[in-house]
Amino acid sequence: MLRIEGLTVRYSADGPAVLRDVDLTVDEGELALVTGPTGSGKSTLLGTINNLVPRFTAGVRTGRVTLAGEDVTTRPPRELADRVGWVPQDPLTAFVTDTVEDELAYPMEQQGLPPAPMRVRVEETLDLLGIAPLRRRSLRTLSGGEQQRVAIGSVLTLRPPLLVLDEPTSALDPVAAEDVLAVLRRLVHDLGTTVLVAEHRMERVVESADLVVRVGADGTVEQGPPAEVLARAELVPPVVELGRRLGWSPLPLSVRDARRRAAPLRRTLTSPVDPPLPDTPGGLRARRLTVRHGSAVAVREVDLHLPPGQLTALVGRNGSGKSSLLWALHGAGPHTGEVTLDGRPVDGRAALVPQTPADLLYRETVAAECADADTRAGRPPGSTLALARRLGGDLRPGQHPRDLSEGQLLALVLALQLAPDTSVVLLDEPTRGLDYRAKAELTRTLQTLTEQGRTVLVATHDVEFVAATCQRVVVLAEGEVVTDGPVREVLPSSPLLAPQTSRVMAPLRHLTPDEVVPADPDLPARDGGLPGGPGRRTR
Amino acid sequence: MPTPPPTAPTGAPADVAPRSGGAARWSRLPRSLHPVAWWVWAVGVAAAASLTTNPLLLLLLAAAVTQVVLLRRGSGPWARSFRLYLALAGAVVVLRLLYRVVFGGQDGGTVLLALPEVPLPHWFTGLRLLGDVTSDAVVAALQDGLRLGTVVLCVGAANSLADPRRLLAALPPALYELGTALVIAVTVFAQLADSVRRVQRARRLRAPAAGVRRPRRQLVRSVVVPVLTDALDRSLALAAAMDARGYGRAGTGSPARRALTAGTALLALALLALGAYATLAAALPGAGGPLVLLAGVLVAGVGLWLAGRDVRRTRYRPDRMRPAEWLTVVCGVLTFLLVWQTARGADAAAVVPSLREWPPLTLLLVAAAVVAALPAVLTPRPEVAS
Repeated sequence: MLRIEGLTVRYSADGPAVLRDVDLTVDEGELALVTGPTGSGKSTLLGTINNLVPRFTAGVRTGRVTLAGEDVTTRPPRELADRVGWVPQDPLTAFVTDTVEDELAYPMEQQGLPPAPMRVRVEETLDLLGIAPLRRRSLRTLSGGEQQRVAIGSVLTLRPPLLVLDEPTSALDPVAAEDVLAVLRRLVHDLGTTVLVAEHRMERVVESADLVVRVGADGTVEQGPPAEVLARAELVPPVVELGRRLGWSPLPLSVRDARRRAAPLRRTLTSPVDPPLPDTPGGLRARRLTVRHGSAVAVREVDLHLPPGQLTALVGRNGSGKSSLLWALHGAGPHTGEVTLDGRPVDGRAALVPQTPADLLYRETVAAECADADTRAGRPPGSTLALARRLGGDLRPGQHPRDLSEGQLLALVLALQLAPDTSVVLLDEPTRGLDYRAKAELTRTLQTLTEQGRTVLVATHDVEFVAATCQRVVVLAEGEVVTDGPVREVLPSSPLLAPQTSRVMAPLRHLTPDEVVPADPDLPARDGGLPGGPGRRTR
Repeated sequence: MPTPPPTAPTGAPADVAPRSGGAARWSRLPRSLHPVAWWVWAVGVAAAASLTTNPLLLLLLAAAVTQVVLLRRGSGPWARSFRLYLALAGAVVVLRLLYRVVFGGQDGGTVLLALPEVPLPHWFTGLRLLGDVTSDAVVAALQDGLRLGTVVLCVGAANSLADPRRLLAALPPALYELGTALVIAVTVFAQLADSVRRVQRARRLRAPAAGVRRPRRQLVRSVVVPVLTDALDRSLALAAAMDARGYGRAGTGSPARRALTAGTALLALALLALGAYATLAAALPGAGGPLVLLAGVLVAGVGLWLAGRDVRRTRYRPDRMRPAEWLTVVCGVLTFLLVWQTARGADAAAVVPSLREWPPLTLLLVAAAVVAALPAVLTPRPEVAS
């Protein structure tokens, strides 16, 4: 179906190769999962298939791309529209029209399909993706998962035999992500479509994948059956990590497989127990906190107490009011009700990392941004830069902020706001676009902040991250707090929020592979990276 | 080329029967009318209204238009805009009256209100500030304002009856790019507004400490730079997505054909400019001006057809001109013709009545207003979105 030979991509003629001598074959009807650390060239690899790379990105590309036996290396993307369906990362940026139906018809209009079959295909696609009730809706009013399904539908109407998706679920809550993945599975199993999907959170896709394509940090690509590739990979989902540590072979890829293998283990182990959450006085306290956007109530009379030194996760569907709550707690967002920090108004003693951290940045270099922050806050010159480097590893002062990785961006934006008296840190979806390694770094940063006595609240969809990092979970639905309690009590008992390890070990309440089998310190770390998920802090 | 995945049993284009049978064409099933039909009707009524100052006829026409809107508007957001036009029309009448009171004019009739006149320098001719307000001035201002208000109301009616997006979709194929650009512009503006709001909110996170002043230059910079970068990113992403979905794939024909299309367009432009000048300045004898104008319109039509011939694009669910559409068009044109005919005939005084008498109405003028209101019952009811 798809064949790539000797592909090398550089973004400048003498720059480093993003992809190096890539050979790749995907057979018809396969679901191929493309994995690799952040910035390793996954998107580049996907873009070369319909020649968006280098046509839209500039750069130098050598090698050959063959689709169903035909060499398409030099064809413009528009001529491949009916052969490669390409779904970009953020569906909202790709919409051309404004209603669902028109969006589905758009590529067919370009193709010059007669109106009658066009109508038929729109109806079929609406049903295939389960979006028929949304047909007249405006695209901007759809939820993230619905938008993603419309984006998939809008390339499916041309019936391309190959579908390419760049992180389709990274911005979605677990339930919406499940809907999108179900669509992909249906396309592969029932319709024989070949699907290539890049995904950070592999745990969602790996069990239905026929093939794993691993893009290394040096631009090399390795492909093979999932169990084989993941046995060697440095970044793997928790269920695979568990299997690797226990030496299971063949490696289990799904919770179901692992659960069957773990039966004897469940009989010998006992549930780990956490000490009860300390109820320290002070910290951030909200009383009857309400946020309204016009007539819509985003947060409804929430009472919340976040003691100092506690790392709390805020989870809930897209649109359940997580962001509004964070902004209201910070004080920069509109709200009614009372928010106090140690009995006084918050008054700038909170830092907030918004969903799109780049909104805060406007200078050409990291150093200039930091210098600005120094003068504004009246701190000694250089202190912000030093803080950013402590938080974000190798941050070069001369770098342009837009060249930073997601993790570095988080660190910079955090440093710009952290003052010595900042005792509350709020983060909105910081794990979006982070790979396992960057998440581990974020975990360490957040733990440092809590150890210094700060209150940290993280809004996230990533339950594995919550399981490995946080002590307490607050579940929000329709602006109200539905559950609030220790991670070990809330997550394992929820059918959709349970992390993989809990699903394998239920009814035992293990949260991470580390708790089941501690990492073996004698084993050399693979590829110099972290084995699996970040270690869980003892409490 | 691999075979397409077997989607559903239906699908082959040949299987699909054409949907418009003879009987079905007269169907009164709820549906929305072709937007062009509404616009032709509205322009016809507006043109009729612009011919007359008879307040009775104008009120009748305004009532007819309002009636059609109330009975036949859909449920889209544009349908709710009629109220705004109604308010605008009212404002036009009031403003026109105020203008007359302030700047004077039309001296005959009874003095209703004796205001002191503000003396102006002698070279300021043709203008008067305040002064006597006569009955003639008030009546003329009311008639004038009513005429303008009715025209505004007609435009408002077209706006609230016709889905603007479907109107864009009805553009000839050669103007397709224009339609696409407009649709994108609307979406991009909304996104830009979102972006500005987000960045402004984010700015508050970097508020300076108490006592430290934020430099003015940075104030602009800290909003403009992130918003523009964001907009640039978005447009690149949109361009890539459009290309990947086949935009610009339809051929543009051979160079010779392109030259022919361009030549026709230029000729049409020249004829239109010449015709407009000749008509307005009466530079050509007889009907020469309008004839040149007509020739320009014809050549422009041919040009559009030529350009559209090479476009291999199609439309999803295209609107068609069906009997109800044609009836609506006829109603608009007939309204205009009736008023126009009266204005040229013996009853011209009914179309532009004297300022000092109760305005007369003829049967034909009443008929014109009735015809203008006919689409309210002749057209199918709009579909109500569930």
